[in-house]
Amino acid sequence: MELVIIGGGPAGMSAAVAAYESGVRDMMIIERDEALGGILRQCIHNGFGLHRFGEELTGPEYAWKYEKQVKELGIPFKLNTTVLDITPDKTITAVNPEDGVFTIKAKAVILAMGCRERPRGALNIAGTRPAGIYSAGTAQKLVNMKGFMPGRSVVILGSGDIGLIMARRMTLEGAEVKAVCELMPYSGGLARNIEQCLNDFKIPLRLSHTVVRVFGKERLTGVSVARVDENRRPVPGTEEYIPCDTLLLSVGLIPENELSKSAGIALSGVTGGPEVNQDRQTTVPGIFACGNVLHVHDLVDFVSEEAETAGKKAAEYIIGIRKKNADVTLKTDGRIRYTVPQRITEKSDVNVYFRVGDVFRGACINVYSGGRLIASRKKARVAPGEMEVIKIKKELIPDSGELYFELEAKK
Amino acid sequence: MVRELTCIICPMGCGISVTSENGKITGISGNTCPRGEAYAREECTNPVRTVTTTVLSTDGRPVPVKTEHPIPKSKVLDCMKQLDSVRVKLPVKIGDCICEDVFGSRIISSANCG
Ligand code: SF4
Repeated sequence: MELVIIGGGPAGMSAAVAAYESGVRDMMIIERDEALGGILRQCIHNGFGLHRFGEELTGPEYAWKYEKQVKELGIPFKLNTTVLDITPDKTITAVNPEDGVFTIKAKAVILAMGCRERPRGALNIAGTRPAGIYSAGTAQKLVNMKGFMPGRSVVILGSGDIGLIMARRMTLEGAEVKAVCELMPYSGGLARNIEQCLNDFKIPLRLSHTVVRVFGKERLTGVSVARVDENRRPVPGTEEYIPCDTLLLSVGLIPENELSKSAGIALSGVTGGPEVNQDRQTTVPGIFACGNVLHVHDLVDFVSEEAETAGKKAAEYIIGIRKKNADVTLKTDGRIRYTVPQRITEKSDVNVYFRVGDVFRGACINVYSGGRLIASRKKARVAPGEMEVIKIKKELIPDSGELYFELEAKK
Repeated sequence: MVRELTCIICPMGCGISVTSENGKITGISGNTCPRGEAYAREECTNPVRTVTTTVLSTDGRPVPVKTEHPIPKSKVLDCMKQLDSVRVKLPVKIGDCICEDVFGSRIISSANCG
């Protein structure tokens, strides 16, 4: 088969449509769940698609825009199918209840498996192991897709967008959200979500606070929260007990890359996703990656855009187009945590996406090539929760060496 | 009087200051685009919100729905109460009308179900 796309969420569907439009026909999407749409199926709130479609869509509505195209174009997809292994020569082993275990040899592969939530185990919260502790995404699935309320009085740890959205969702469904605690001195979520998900319902946001202990035997009965110092360590004496029956954790997302590892793809230590070039091609020729498996995005609109690049470039790869006229590594100063892509191998205009590690005001992003400033962009404020982009013009890309990304700013 | 708002119209989330005298808006600043100004004006006079939630289908599965237009912010929880008793027959498609009039808006399905 020419192209196999692993994952039928927004990235996979958008990549598939782009590949189809670039001429690929012998292709298939493999999806683990019972329907296409990925995580958007449970994101029933609105706010998706403003960039791409100029309207505010709910998650399922956004997903449908692509699912419809996949179905109209007749792009084949297999549901309820789990990929078990990908080899470096692009042999895919998968399993489902109908076909059992089967293998497909692909000319090109697009990885679009998305990400997963960081679990409680990664947090080291002291105390018992009662029921009532959920990741925010699990709670979202229970409420929105199963019609099951995980609890009635809730504390949420983590103020990323999923945490904020779930604070509102639980409140609308009749629960009392007692507090949203955030380890950092700023929220990782969008300002609009703090406004419409917390302020609208007078839910307190407690910055520089974390959950230090959970209580309860069978079921959670309460949590102890404490203020943290600038090194994010709890300050003794600041503990406060909050009775609750539910603790939701919204403490970060991790790209899901077990399959990438088995394919021998080099992963970035910072993003947790594959290292890619401007085409979103990984270090294994013919294997591409896009969406949250590559790096966690804030807006699905950018996932679709990235996936289109991957789909188009996979199509070029399949018909044998190999453009390589540069070999440039992108490096960052640490204030900028990472860039995607990490390499540039073709001289074309490249949008470089990046994230910063802290909140900075009056920021200026400078890009140097061999000590020469080649691109620069000012931003009033940059924050870890917001992905940024800077365009590098084709004629400024060197043949080889490094592009150095630096952030000049006051903290 | 100055009121500080966060615009919720797009992900930029601009901070907007609204100055008013005797209940009359005399100045709006901080918005990046005209939609922000319209939002600020509305937020200070008649704040509205789009409600997204689920209603149960007759077979017990939740169906994602939303208000077709924003409704008064003060009615959001009442809207939720009204939807508690609604039962939808599957299948439904995106855009199908679920309720005719809840605080001035239709409730429409926001997913294909069943
Ligand atoms: S003012 Fe305009 S740009 Fe700023 S958040 Fe509102 S809609 Fe977006």
